[in-house]
Amino acid sequence: MKRSREKIVKWLLIGITVIFLLFMLVLPMVEVIYRALKDGLETYKTALTAKNTLSALRVTLIATVIALTVNTILGIIMAWQVTKFDFKGKNILSTLIDIPFSISPVIAGLAFIMTFGRSGWAKPVIDGINNALGTDIVLVFSVPAVVLATIFVTFPFISREIIPILHAQGRTEEEAAALMGASGMTIFRKVTFPHIKWGLVYGMILCTARAFGEFGAVYAVSKARGKTFTLPLEVDALYMSGTADSITQAFAVSSLLVGMAVIVLILKNIVEYRGKSKKSV
Amino acid sequence: MKKAGRRKGKVVIPGFGITMGITVSMLSILILIPLASVMAYSFKMSPFEFVKLITKPGVVNAFATSIGCAFVAAVINAVFGVMIAWVLVRYDFFGKRFIDGIIELPFALPTAVAGITLTKMYSDNGFLGKALERIGIKAAYTKIGIIIAMVFIGIPFVVRAIQPVLEKLPKSCEEAGLMLGASRAVIFRKIIFPEIMPPLLTGFGLALARGIGEYGSVIYISGNSEKNKTQVVSYIIMQKLNSGNVDYEGAAAIALILLIISFIMLFAINIVQHVASKRTSA
Repeated sequence: MKRSREKIVKWLLIGITVIFLLFMLVLPMVEVIYRALKDGLETYKTALTAKNTLSALRVTLIATVIALTVNTILGIIMAWQVTKFDFKGKNILSTLIDIPFSISPVIAGLAFIMTFGRSGWAKPVIDGINNALGTDIVLVFSVPAVVLATIFVTFPFISREIIPILHAQGRTEEEAAALMGASGMTIFRKVTFPHIKWGLVYGMILCTARAFGEFGAVYAVSKARGKTFTLPLEVDALYMSGTADSITQAFAVSSLLVGMAVIVLILKNIVEYRGKSKKSV
Repeated sequence: MKKAGRRKGKVVIPGFGITMGITVSMLSILILIPLASVMAYSFKMSPFEFVKLITKPGVVNAFATSIGCAFVAAVINAVFGVMIAWVLVRYDFFGKRFIDGIIELPFALPTAVAGITLTKMYSDNGFLGKALERIGIKAAYTKIGIIIAMVFIGIPFVVRAIQPVLEKLPKSCEEAGLMLGASRAVIFRKIIFPEIMPPLLTGFGLALARGIGEYGSVIYISGNSEKNKTQVVSYIIMQKLNSGNVDYEGAAAIALILLIISFIMLFAINIVQHVASKRTSA
C-alpha cells in the first residue's frame, strides 16, 4: 500500500518536472528553429549572410574573446589573492568582486556612459591621452565600449568558480612549495593549477556564454547598427523593424545564438562530468 | 601568541603585493569607479528634485512591477526548483541526464533571444498564447508575461543551489525518521527542509535580484505600456538614455535606487551563506 503510493508520488513529481521544463526550456528552442526556417532555407541563408549580421558577428567575437582573456587572467589573480592570503577587508573585497552579478546590466552600460561619455568626468582624461599619443580612442558608443561593458558583466564568473576550489584545497601545498624555494609562477603552474583546471574551464565556458549573449549593458553603449552592434542587438533591431520578413530574419540570427548556447551547454556538461569523475578517483 | 601564528602564515606564499595591486586597481577601474560615477551623477540633483523624480507615478509603478513580478517569479522558481532538484537527485528515469544538462539553458541563451521567443509563443497568434486565450488568460503584454520571462531566467538559480546539498544529505537521516514512524510529509518538513533552507534562500535571493534588474528577456513580452503598468525599472532607465529625450540625471537617480536594492540583497545573501557555513562547520 505504502509502496504504491510512493511510486505514484515519484512519477507525479517526475511528470510535473518534465512538463515544466519542456514548456519553459525545450519548446522555446524549438520555436526559434521553427520560426527561423519558416520561410525556407534561402531566406535563412540570406539573413545569416546579410552585411549587418556579419558585422555583428565580428563585434560579438571581438568582445567575447577580449572579455574572456581579461577575465580569465584577472579571475585567477583575484581568486589567488582572496584564498591564499589573510588581510583586512578580505570579505568586503570578495563581495565587491561579485557586484556585477546582482546589479542590472542596464546600470553597467549607464555607468560607462557617465564615466567616459560626453559629460562624463573621465572624458578629459581620455582626451588628454588621445592628444598625447595621437590616438583616437572613444570609450562610449564604440566597439571598445562594447568590450568594456562585456568585461563588466562577466567580471566575477571565473573567480567565483575557482574560489571555492581553492578554499577547499587550503594552503599547505603552496606553503610547502614556497619553503622549498619555488617561485610564485612555479607554485601556480605545478601546484595550484592542476587543482583548479576544471573549475577554470567551467568558469570560462560560463563567461563565454554570458559575453556573447549580453544585451542590456551593450545596448546602452552601442548605437550604430552595422558598426558596433553585437548579435543580440542585431536580433533586437530586426525584431523591432516589425515586418514579417525582418522578424523571420531576427529568428534566423537567433538560431545562430541558440546553436552557440547549445555548444556551451554540451561543453559545460563534458567538463562537469570529467571534473566529477576525476574527483572520485 | 596569535600574532606570531599569523605572521608565520603570511610571508610564506609569494605574490601578495602584486596580486593585491592588480586586484584592487582593476576592480576599481572596471567596476567601482564607473559605479561611483552613477552615484556622483545622481547627486548632481538637489534632494528635492531627486525625491520628486523617483516618486513620479511612472517610476513608482515600474519599481512595483519589477519587484512584484520578480518576487512572484522567484516564489514559483523556489517551488519548482526544490521539486526539480529533488527529482534529479533522488530518482532515476529515462532522460534524466538530458534534463540535468539543459537546466542552465537560461544562462547560455542570450536574453534577447529568450525575450522575442517567449513573446511569440505567448502572444495571441503563438500556440501557447492561443491555448491560454481560450481559457481567458492573456499572457503576452501583461504582468503574467513579465513573470513568465522572469521564471525562465531564474530556473537555474534555485535548482543549482539546492542540488549539491541534497546530494550530500545522507539517506540514513530519512531512514531513521521512517523507522521511528514518521510519515513522508513529516520527514520532508522536519528533516529535509531545514537542511535545504539556506541554499533555498540563496537561490531565491539570486533569482529575485536577477529578476528585478532584468532587461533583455522582459522588454518584449511586457509590452512596456505605462497605462497597464507593464514597464520595468530597467526599461525606464534605458528610455532615458535613448536619443531624443536624453535625461542622464534621471537615469542615474533611478539607477541609484536600483543599486541600493541590489546591495541590500547581495548583503542579505552573504549573511545567509555566512550563517549556513557556520552552522555546518560547528
